[in-house]
Amino acid sequence: MQQLVAYTVIGLTTGAIYALASSGLVVTYVTSGVFNIAHGAIGMIAAFSYWQVRFEWGWPAPVALFAILGVLCPALGLVIDRVALRGLAQATEVTRLTATVALMAAFIGIATWIWPPENRQPFRGFFDGNNVSVLGVNVGWNKIIALIAAVVVAGGLRILLYKTRLGIQMRAVVDDRSLAELNGARPARIASASWALGASLAGLAGILLAAEVQLNVVPLTLLVINAYAAAIFGRLKSLPLTFLGAMALGLTEAYLLWGQGQSWFPETIGGFSTSGLRQATPTIFLFLLLMLLPQAKLRAGAARVRERSAIPQWNTAILGAAVLVIGSIAVTGMMTRSNTIYLIQALIMALAVVSLVPLTGYAGLVSLAPLTFAGIGAVLMSKMPGDGNVVSLIAVVVVVALIGAVVALPALRLEGIYLALATGAFALLVSILVFNQGKIFSNGVAEVPPLRLPGVDLSQPRPKAIFLSVAFAVVGLLLVALRRSSLGRQFVAMKDSPLAGATLGMNLVRTKALAFAMSAAIASLAGALDAGKVAPDNYTFDRSLPILLLAIVSGVGSIGGAFFGGMLLGSNTVLASIVPSVSNITQVMPGLIGLSMGRNPNGTASQIATGFRPVTSHPQSLLTALSGIGALWLLTSVDIISHWGFFAALVIWGLGIVPNLPALAVTSGRSRALCLLIAAVGMGIAAFFDDIFEAVPTGGRLLAIIVLFVVVGNAIRRIHTPVAPTSKSSPDLMGLTGFTPEELSQSDRAIKVVP
Amino acid sequence: MTALLEVRSVAVRFGGVMALSGVDLDVQKDSITGLIGPNGAGKTTLFNVICGIRQPTTGVVLLDNEEINGVPTQKRSAMGIGRTFQRLELFTTLSVFDNVLVAAELARVSNPHAVAREQIELLGLTDRADTIAGELPTGSARLLEVARALAGRPRLLLLDEPASGLDDVETQQLGVLLQQLKSLGITVLLVEHDMSLIMKVCDQIHVLDLGNVIASGTPDQIQHDPSVIDAYLGAVR
Ligand SMILES: Nc1ncnc2c1ncn2[C@@H]1O[C@H](COP(=O)(O)OP(=O)(O)OP(=O)(O)O)[C@@H](O)[C@H]1O
Ligand SMILES: [Mg+2]
Repeated sequence: MQQLVAYTVIGLTTGAIYALASSGLVVTYVTSGVFNIAHGAIGMIAAFSYWQVRFEWGWPAPVALFAILGVLCPALGLVIDRVALRGLAQATEVTRLTATVALMAAFIGIATWIWPPENRQPFRGFFDGNNVSVLGVNVGWNKIIALIAAVVVAGGLRILLYKTRLGIQMRAVVDDRSLAELNGARPARIASASWALGASLAGLAGILLAAEVQLNVVPLTLLVINAYAAAIFGRLKSLPLTFLGAMALGLTEAYLLWGQGQSWFPETIGGFSTSGLRQATPTIFLFLLLMLLPQAKLRAGAARVRERSAIPQWNTAILGAAVLVIGSIAVTGMMTRSNTIYLIQALIMALAVVSLVPLTGYAGLVSLAPLTFAGIGAVLMSKMPGDGNVVSLIAVVVVVALIGAVVALPALRLEGIYLALATGAFALLVSILVFNQGKIFSNGVAEVPPLRLPGVDLSQPRPKAIFLSVAFAVVGLLLVALRRSSLGRQFVAMKDSPLAGATLGMNLVRTKALAFAMSAAIASLAGALDAGKVAPDNYTFDRSLPILLLAIVSGVGSIGGAFFGGMLLGSNTVLASIVPSVSNITQVMPGLIGLSMGRNPNGTASQIATGFRPVTSHPQSLLTALSGIGALWLLTSVDIISHWGFFAALVIWGLGIVPNLPALAVTSGRSRALCLLIAAVGMGIAAFFDDIFEAVPTGGRLLAIIVLFVVVGNAIRRIHTPVAPTSKSSPDLMGLTGFTPEELSQSDRAIKVVP
Repeated sequence: MTALLEVRSVAVRFGGVMALSGVDLDVQKDSITGLIGPNGAGKTTLFNVICGIRQPTTGVVLLDNEEINGVPTQKRSAMGIGRTFQRLELFTTLSVFDNVLVAAELARVSNPHAVAREQIELLGLTDRADTIAGELPTGSARLLEVARALAGRPRLLLLDEPASGLDDVETQQLGVLLQQLKSLGITVLLVEHDMSLIMKVCDQIHVLDLGNVIASGTPDQIQHDPSVIDAYLGAVR
């Protein structure tokens, strides 16, 4: 009995923390319409910052709390609203969702950078060590405070929403935005206030949770899943229901924890360990709730990725495939073994990114789980009889495709953000419940056999790299065929108008399931062809995020873009291993690049992001860009340029010069010469980076590199493009929405991508 | 004459608003039937009910004497219902040709490319076949909606304000086309605010106001119906 009381207290405490987090989520969602995936990440940052000031710097708890919850968190919320998401108000829900995915990725990167997982002071809860007795059970003060905080916040929100001017305006905005506006409310301001409030609530939840589970970047970030589960229980509107959901969730978790200690609790079900069950509770909860949501109504303008994917031409596609294969044969001949292994990783990433082309690029659906399917592919391949037989591979691909379709099937009734969330929940479920099984990854590793092909030994890096580029080329060509087929047209039609599609006889669920199946099949290749020892860590949810981001940023409708995105992701590992001091930057990079889409067109970061778009659709520039990277790689692998030089050159080349390539291709005469001169000077400085910046410490060097690429990039841009007329700024510069196709084609013509 | 489409006491409620409150009307086979009424009368809502996009709160819809209430949207096109949208729902990132081609392919016609070409020609869009649909001016976009609906080989074609955005010449051509469709055996239900077009081409007209059918009859009868003049035509003039 006493035990039951103890676990009930634990459950209520956990529930209270979830309630704090989820109420913050709901408040931001209803007033600003942004489904903040980064909510947990804010809590995580808050927990780490609190730890920093409280335990490392020794500030008193009240001061530390005020600094974090009263200053840092609201500021963070405001910055996110005003800077990162500025201009996304008119964008589709999915675009906004993706922007917060980028935020989350960036926060994870920043936190791992600032607070590397080393030996650190423990995170102690409030009044640590002092307990109170509740019904004969000793309860830590941290838990009591969590409960009190939840009650206070519940009451506070009630008063805020019903008794204060700001709160009443918030409710009015939720009710009818334009009407509230007419009556003098200022939705933008109210949204900012709610972001500040939401961030503080996330921070409070993060700090309380950290005291219970200790500091750890990813688990704290995934607090958001628990918050989502509760928030969806409240249908994303009702705060009381949200609190109720949070409590139910906390109690379920606690009782499962209790049950797991009892003799009657099955340790395995059907041979599978039940140890992950408690950890998976929120995810299961979320998944079930999403399944129970009513079928999405057909409505005009549902949230989707709206991007124009030009019909790929056969001759370009075949040329691209040939260049890729021949290029990889040539390049791998000159590469060291370890560099070849990096190239293999990049190609695997490229396969994962390209798996989103049919799904996100053509059909406009967002998946947060590409790597999960890769993981399933790897696991199946390692379990298949036949030891790398081609038939086994085909079987794996077919099975994963089926899994993709079946898993997606219930989720497909959902639209936009709900669908994206369901795929995220699926990714977590598989991670916790399946990949953690000893049966699946024995001792945390699985051995994927190399594919057995007559005459080639794919256990060697070079043949493997070549084979993977052939595989990518084949997948690319198949996707070209798909896009040109009737089914491909239906995918795009569904993206553009599901309503019209349905009235013309399209079975939307079937079409979506097909898109999911194809995407899963391609992703499975990224797992099944990645021979060697693999660990579940390779296929986690948080690793899938950069894949989605880079896919969207580099142009998810185009196969060249996907390849470029994969190479960029792959280069992260390369950079991290050859220049350890910059590895942190590369972790933040995908997030920052993704975030740039929320920015105003005038920001440098967004220029980079939009800059890649024309490059990936301009074969000549893409080829030049990739050759440049290859050349730098070669130069550094034979020690002609130093590691820092390589990094500097790569940044200047990739971010400063490459985005200008399509325009340079059509510039001529003096301006072209001048541009080339500037580029050469920039690259020259980079090549001798170590000599020039010998005495400068790491931070200064990074700054220098950033300044260099901004200066070089901007100088070149000034010269080749006539000063652009100040046009109205588009709310969504990624072309995901906002741009009318007319504007798109005008801009395409202006940058002379198309004649 | 037999009715191809029968709407029997259909009501649709949106929260507190009755968009349709017990509508009864018939659409005769091989006719052009007009559906007119002031803004917010419930015309588009009725179209949505006929296509299965919205379930009626009460009432039934019969196609060829068969109740189709439970039939999902995507199956209704195979039963011969095609429509255009008042708020354009083109496949904006596909070319004009591909828009129509998708429709033909979804309808499983034997030669979709030929059917698509034929419909595009019929609507005079051949010159623009390769244009991206989202770049079309409104007039052509409306015509493309019609072409796309026709490629689905409908028996009953629902047109929701096809002439808005068309110039006079184009409107006249549309009128001619509608007559042509009728002679090909396609029944048309036409929602339109252009009264001269309605009066010229329609065999039968139903007038909707605030979710109720307030009059039905030939163009001549409707033009002289005092309640119609009161509710609608008076305002148009
Ligand atoms: N999804 C909806 N939710 C709530 N109310 C709706 C919805 N759709 C339509 N309505 C309401 O139903 C009524 C009928 O609308 P409907 O669009 O059918 O009118 P209409 O006759 O097509 O008008 P118009 O000539 O302007 O196109 C209007 O009062 C409208 O505001
Ligand atoms: Mg209407």
